[in-house]
Amino acid sequence: MKSEYKIILDLITENSRVLDVGCNDGTLMELLKESKNVDIRGIEISKEKVQLCISKGLTVIEGNAEFDLKQFPIDSFDYVVLGQTLQAFISPEIVINELLRVGKKAIVTIPNFGHWKVRLDLLTKGRMPVTKTLPNNWYNTPNIHMCTIKDFVSFSKIMNFKIFKSLALIDKKVSNINNSNLFFKNLFSELGIFLIEK
Amino acid sequence: MNNKNIKILNVDKPLKLDCGKTINNFPLAYETYGSLNKNKDNAILIFHALTGDQYVTGLNPITNKDGWWSFAVGPNKSIDTNKYFIICANVIGGCMGSFGPNHENPETKKVYGTDFPVITINDMVNAQVNLLDFFDIKKLFSVVGGSMGGMQVLQFVSNFPNKTKTAVPIACTSSHSAQNIAFNELGRQAITADHNWLDGNYTYKKTIPDKGLAVARMAAHITYLSKKGLQEKFGRKLQERDDLKFGFDADFQIESYLRYQGSVFVDRFDANSYLYITRAMDYFDLVKQFNGNLSNAFKNTKAKFFVMSFTSDWLYPTQENKDIVIALNAIGADVGFVEIDSDKGHDSFLLNVPDFLNTLKNFLDTSYKE
Repeated sequence: MKSEYKIILDLITENSRVLDVGCNDGTLMELLKESKNVDIRGIEISKEKVQLCISKGLTVIEGNAEFDLKQFPIDSFDYVVLGQTLQAFISPEIVINELLRVGKKAIVTIPNFGHWKVRLDLLTKGRMPVTKTLPNNWYNTPNIHMCTIKDFVSFSKIMNFKIFKSLALIDKKVSNINNSNLFFKNLFSELGIFLIEK
Repeated sequence: MNNKNIKILNVDKPLKLDCGKTINNFPLAYETYGSLNKNKDNAILIFHALTGDQYVTGLNPITNKDGWWSFAVGPNKSIDTNKYFIICANVIGGCMGSFGPNHENPETKKVYGTDFPVITINDMVNAQVNLLDFFDIKKLFSVVGGSMGGMQVLQFVSNFPNKTKTAVPIACTSSHSAQNIAFNELGRQAITADHNWLDGNYTYKKTIPDKGLAVARMAAHITYLSKKGLQEKFGRKLQERDDLKFGFDADFQIESYLRYQGSVFVDRFDANSYLYITRAMDYFDLVKQFNGNLSNAFKNTKAKFFVMSFTSDWLYPTQENKDIVIALNAIGADVGFVEIDSDKGHDSFLLNVPDFLNTLKNFLDTSYKE
């Protein structure tokens, strides 16, 4: 199992109602269904992937989180999960607000642009970094709003939401992020995982 | 029409129609495929579209042509007759054996014609629910239908929220649009303008308003296709000629194709039925029925929904299908949705569109296992 999925699984309580935004091929949805007995729905932009999810017996709607979360009433879900896609939206502000409107809590994971390899790449080569987690070039990347773990923490203050839990993923190991280690976690984490609330 | 070939359920329970009239002892023509299992939990009620009938698949014994949904229904197909028991009835108002305007009025001993009561989508499903009692089915596994069949799916779940486990409305709408009413009106005007229509009493003169009905079908047929599909299939290709003939014969293949579609339609469809069924579609407005809030139509059901639309369908466009999804999500219903890529227009649901057929099969088969 992907370490990221393992962490998300641990954050979600049993028998809750969950929406997976950008649910991809439904892997996380299946894991959550099996291990946590959750009532889970997915929203996915790719037709092929929606069809794949349907073939797995998952309830998924084709749609875009920026426009299609509107249809869900306030607090429809206990958790809304957004895995590594916040940076791909035209307006991450709208998406964060929508996540926190339809969900009582949201779990947001972000590829950390503050990682030392990314910084070194830009520093030494003077070119936009291309890494394993960020394999595209600047002109064809879907990731138009990259941010760092530090950026996300300050984003929470600007957008006025609470970070309930923040975790760093470094070499498949999970650790807590707090004010005193933020500098180091921002330098060494590949991924930041945040449990947030209004 | 050889009536001996048609299975008929005589409905003796009176049915109060939306127009205020009540019908009694009326025939409902139906067909079944596959077999009902011991638990009686594998039944699927399929609703047909405007010009469909109960002969979903295999050879239609009346027309000697393949059933209208042969691509989707059959052994190992999307709706697998090895697994499920399929029931399909001819809608009331239709002309394939169910109570319709070509039937004789027992009081006057004359064919109803336009004396037949105006029926609605609601009346259609209220008539067909009698089939569940007839087969002693407490709960269907699914209700499935495209276009007007999809409208019946929505109305059925709304009227009988506990009578189906799943519901699959395809390429349809919860409220017939002005554009669709306009196209239906065009068809009706073509029929009633035919001097052989005779105010609907053509049966006595042993004639039919074939020209009008053919034009209605031709106009409607265009709405079932897409611009791109037409261009790719026909373009400006000429019909069995090397050059334009400077006349009004069918120079272009598309003209010839439409004329053919019109001419074969009049052999199998009753003009008055066409008036009645298009009217039923026009009157369909589930949103209005629930005072502007479509969600209320579904608030009492636990059915699992799966909505499908097609990219090139401009008659029942994706947005109208999405409105159904939105209404369901607003009340936390279990609903999946996908828009299938296809150039074949509204007709896509009747044709060999693999993404559609596979997805439909996957939804039904995984839901059946649950």
